Amino acid sequence: MAKKTKQTPEKTSWLGQNWLLLLTGFLVGAAAIVLNLLGNPGNMGFCIACFERDIAGALGLHSAAPVQYFRPEIVGIVLGSLLMALARKEFRGKGGSAPALRFGLGALVMIGALVFLGCPLRMVIRIGGGDLNAVVGLLGFIAGILMGLVFLKKGFNLGRAYKQSPLEGLAFPGALLLAFLLCVTGLCGLFRSSAAGPGSLRAPWYAAILAGLLVGALAQRSRFCMVGGVRDAVMFREFGLISAFGMVILTVLLGNVILKKFTGFSFAGQPVAHSDGLWNFLGMSVVGWGSVLLGGCPLRQLVLAGEGNSDSAVTVLGMIFGAALSHNFKLASSGDGSTPNGHIAVIGALAILLLVSLVLSFAKGKEGKK
Amino acid sequence: MIDATGYSCPTPVLMVQKEVKARSPKSLEVLVDNQCAVENVTRFARNNGYAVAVTEREDDFLLKLEK
Repeated sequence: MAKKTKQTPEKTSWLGQNWLLLLTGFLVGAAAIVLNLLGNPGNMGFCIACFERDIAGALGLHSAAPVQYFRPEIVGIVLGSLLMALARKEFRGKGGSAPALRFGLGALVMIGALVFLGCPLRMVIRIGGGDLNAVVGLLGFIAGILMGLVFLKKGFNLGRAYKQSPLEGLAFPGALLLAFLLCVTGLCGLFRSSAAGPGSLRAPWYAAILAGLLVGALAQRSRFCMVGGVRDAVMFREFGLISAFGMVILTVLLGNVILKKFTGFSFAGQPVAHSDGLWNFLGMSVVGWGSVLLGGCPLRQLVLAGEGNSDSAVTVLGMIFGAALSHNFKLASSGDGSTPNGHIAVIGALAILLLVSLVLSFAKGKEGKK
Repeated sequence: MIDATGYSCPTPVLMVQKEVKARSPKSLEVLVDNQCAVENVTRFARNNGYAVAVTEREDDFLLKLEK
């Protein structure tokens, strides 16, 4: 039964349409700068892949001692999105769109991200910090997205999701909240925690969760997505999302200049980064391609999981699994460079992405028309 | 009618784009089930010269596109 009908208003100005996205980009950049000042690692104030990798370590899924910490930022993003979705009556339990494939694609995205050393968000934060290796990563990221778009245009999709109970949608945010409460009530000894290395560098938990809540809430409202930016610009000639992408770079760059941390652009000596150009490029190609197939970047998956989308929750779990694989089997790079195993994994990931793209682009019936 | 329920973005927009490119219909009905798809399809439709009326139903939204 119809509840209400509304005629959409006349066209508003570009800024009128996109101010919220620009504000989200600014907030994400500012959060990265502030959290870095408060203790998070260099050029890693806010990184979804790195923080999920740290969570995988905290849970004992891998045993790389320097990268273990239950990062409150991740909890904050999911809960911020959940609260905003509830307030706007957009929370809906739904799922059932190719969960196993999404889990696997999530793992591949993480493997690619850890060869590059960062998700799309950290990539732009690294660019804003003067790291030219991340510019190489950006080129790979765009190349990966363009590959994915070829198949989207051919009809690729992961199939329909279906309505589920609210409990299904709340399961993942609830589990994260429970783990976080265990942490802040002093039971964090349950989790592993780095004594040295990036996992030991951390902003206070209250600042971290607050930043996560703000970013999650605003990203839910604005649909902020690092992959969507390039995708929408290429496919629909819409530049709102990609402007938010630029806003993150600008904010981080300005923040670093103001704080006198900016020492110019260079390849060498960048924090938690390496200069293997080819593998920076290909690692981020995997991230771009995989994320396009998944319908959103790692940050967007967290936000969707907060809205009750259990397919995205499964994707995040796949990413955490991918982080465990990366560190258990030496696929992940370090500041010293990429690894031979990482090279094999990236080539394998590209081959799997091609196979999945081909199969789901051409083996589909004429779904969607009634 | 295009039934894009259960699909996440950008698939609903792509389904509409395909139809608009193929037949440039004077009017078109699109069924979606999330606010993100409503916003994206609406933006795409407006940019292509359609007026859009949104009807919110139980679990989904019916978008009527008219030229």
